[in-house]
Amino acid sequence: MGSNYDVSDYTLGQEQLERIETVLTEDLINSGVHSALLIDMAGNIIARCDNGQCQHDMYSLAALASANFAAVDTMAKIVGEEEFSLLFHKGENENIHFSKVNIEFLLITIFGKEVSLGLLRLKVAEAVEKINSVW
Amino acid sequence: MAFVNMKSKEVQAKIVYYGPGRGGKTTNLEYIYSKFRERIKSDMVSIKTHGDRTLFFDFLPFDIGKIMGYDVKIQLYTVPGQVKYDATRRLVLKGVDGMVFVADSQVEQRKKNVLSLKNLQENLAIYKKSIFKVPLVLQYNKRDLEKEGVTLLPMETLEKDLNSQLKVPSFPASAVTGENVVPTMKKIISLTMTSLQNVLK
Repeated sequence: MGSNYDVSDYTLGQEQLERIETVLTEDLINSGVHSALLIDMAGNIIARCDNGQCQHDMYSLAALASANFAAVDTMAKIVGEEEFSLLFHKGENENIHFSKVNIEFLLITIFGKEVSLGLLRLKVAEAVEKINSVW
Repeated sequence: MAFVNMKSKEVQAKIVYYGPGRGGKTTNLEYIYSKFRERIKSDMVSIKTHGDRTLFFDFLPFDIGKIMGYDVKIQLYTVPGQVKYDATRRLVLKGVDGMVFVADSQVEQRKKNVLSLKNLQENLAIYKKSIFKVPLVLQYNKRDLEKEGVTLLPMETLEKDLNSQLKVPSFPASAVTGENVVPTMKKIISLTMTSLQNVLK
């Protein structure tokens, strides 16, 4: 990781993926998050975990999320910011939070009213740190 | 930048349809979506303007079954063709594994095809990719207009303009009628999978 452009094709081993899924489940799903998704900047889904009640189209969501993140990131650069650190969309029942894991990966969480944004940000920050230690 | 999931034995690869505005990129995906409706589980996503022009991209995930023991999920994307949307076009190209360049066969579009192909080369270079190395298929679209008396660029001219150096597979096609839309897609999927073979071994 750590380059500004595309790395070549990549593979994650079973053990790495299991460690990532454990982090998503233990830190996020067990805290009340409906769905947690680790995607790459090209829109591929790396790992996903949910509470068993999510019916969303995650492949489309991942494609849109990576594009949305890239667009917001470019907007940040235009106004002279390195990045916008808080990316959060609030809905009536579901909310979406985006967090950059590193230059290649993005963590997306979908959560409802029962989880406060403060708690979520705390949990996401912890999860990001743990995911980064997988590599 | 295809992603291989060793745990679920799944490969995700990104194929982008590129080309000048109003050339038929979205129509290609719409035809594929209608043709393979029963195999495509999710809806086609289109981010477009009120005037029905692509604003950001179209997205169509497509399961093609197993190759070398892996479930292969192809993600088809289009870019906005209009010149002014270059910034968003660049974003869609990130992580591309294979490309279809959809050229417009109409005589008055000749220059736009060449400019768009040059633009593709420049935008790939941003990601340190060479147009000569990325799996690429050319499609000369709108051949059906000939029957309606519209003068089209001869195939030889299109080949000379666009494919004299690239020397990649090319198809005369009509996205509206569906002619050669599926063969174009099959060709790019096969080239893309061949290029990913080393990763899958």
